[in-house]
Amino acid sequence: MTLPLFSTTEDPGPNFAGLIRRLQLPVHPMVATATGASPTGGGPGDFRHGTTVVALRFAEGIVMAGDRRATEGHSIAHRAMEKVFPADRYSAVAIAGAAGPAIEMVRLFQTQLEHYEKVEGVVLSLEGKANQLGQMVREHLPMAMQGLAVVPLFAGYDLARQTGRIFTYDVTGGHYEETEHNATGSGGRDARTTIKLGYRVGMARDDAVELAIEALYEAADEDSATGGPDLIRGIYPLVATVTGAGFEPVPDDEVAERFAALIERRRAEGRQP
Amino acid sequence: MTMPYYVAPEQVMKDRAEYAQKGIARGRSLIATTYDMGIAIVADNPSRSLHKISEIYDRIAFAGVGKYNEFDQLRVSGIRHADTKGYAYSREDVDARSLANLYAQYLGQVFTHEMKPLEVEILVAELGSGAHPAQLYHIAYEGTITDEDRYAVLGGETEAIAERLEGQWTAGWALGAALNAAVSALAGPERALSGSDLEVAVLAQGNGRRAFRRLVDSELESLLG
Repeated sequence: MTLPLFSTTEDPGPNFAGLIRRLQLPVHPMVATATGASPTGGGPGDFRHGTTVVALRFAEGIVMAGDRRATEGHSIAHRAMEKVFPADRYSAVAIAGAAGPAIEMVRLFQTQLEHYEKVEGVVLSLEGKANQLGQMVREHLPMAMQGLAVVPLFAGYDLARQTGRIFTYDVTGGHYEETEHNATGSGGRDARTTIKLGYRVGMARDDAVELAIEALYEAADEDSATGGPDLIRGIYPLVATVTGAGFEPVPDDEVAERFAALIERRRAEGRQP
Repeated sequence: MTMPYYVAPEQVMKDRAEYAQKGIARGRSLIATTYDMGIAIVADNPSRSLHKISEIYDRIAFAGVGKYNEFDQLRVSGIRHADTKGYAYSREDVDARSLANLYAQYLGQVFTHEMKPLEVEILVAELGSGAHPAQLYHIAYEGTITDEDRYAVLGGETEAIAERLEGQWTAGWALGAALNAAVSALAGPERALSGSDLEVAVLAQGNGRRAFRRLVDSELESLLG
């Protein structure tokens, strides 16, 4: 390895994807040029898929949650996959879609945000981060057209506006700011309905975490590719909050307790758990 | 046809070294020292935006003195090197030693082959972990690399500053004591430096994955108290 130095006209600046392209490192097609090779073969059943992720706003920030199941066709490929990641100190990203490229996209996104911060000496604005992720999803479009779609969900705390914000994406890289909440992935529809029914503007942190958990529970109930709480193995959905204090994962114990309470409550109310 | 004048290689090197030294001595100095929780770097730098100290990676920091545009280019290339290495392999595989070697090779190369040597002196600091003590790699304008595990002084008047610091340096001292000693060593007997004349950053255990943190405003003032 030599020191990566560039002439002033070829300098990639704070763009990490541009840097690895320029260094011609063997990377994921996501950052390859538009004419780069695209993958061949393989139907949608041959690779791992990640599933339901949700995000909603509460008074001090946002809460984001994702189930843990990955599927390969009709079988379960992984029971403890992580789909909610810290993007940087004040934002989180959750993924749905083809697991391989999605996790790679998150890694590239995390590196990109940190790289920008270190090179420039300042942190990107939340809007800037959302745009960056949009570009990565757009560059992934050729693979999405072949069935390897990646649809992230991005949310964070906007330090300038002092509020939580949520952005959703489509496969073309188009991103849309959500006012209050959203969910994506195969069980996204069921999760959205649950959130919509229980959502209140400016709700407290605990209520928001509770609602996110309930949404995932409902999604797992209806969608075969979404995993519910696994009481036998002790695997629970990942939940995290982002507030002015930064990204904070909700402890596993708390999530387990809330699931137990949810089931108990439903039994007591005479509803099916 | 005119023949170029013959200049002895010793003379060429001597001239270049003198040129670089002069450039570096014009700037202000910088001290890096280990303390009980990590490494503190103190620079005599009144600017709030043109930094001499910067984060490279999780446990690695960079500091430079001399010509700003030259060490800043080195700083950015160090971040690029570390981030691409961490992305291609894993975060644990990024180490200060290989980066310091790359810097040394580059500075040596420029010193012997280019018209003008780089007028910089740089430092690559790495926080210790487990059995590995903290490392301070000090790289001079001609590519000489030295590693220290106590303190390093960069810039002009280094001998006088190091002498002042040597008398006070204690192994495993607290951050406040380390900063006060570094500041008085930098200032010397005739000057007094306050928080607003300084750029201070630490690589500290307990800061999480990214150990680098700048100390500013009231936090710095209370430490210098």
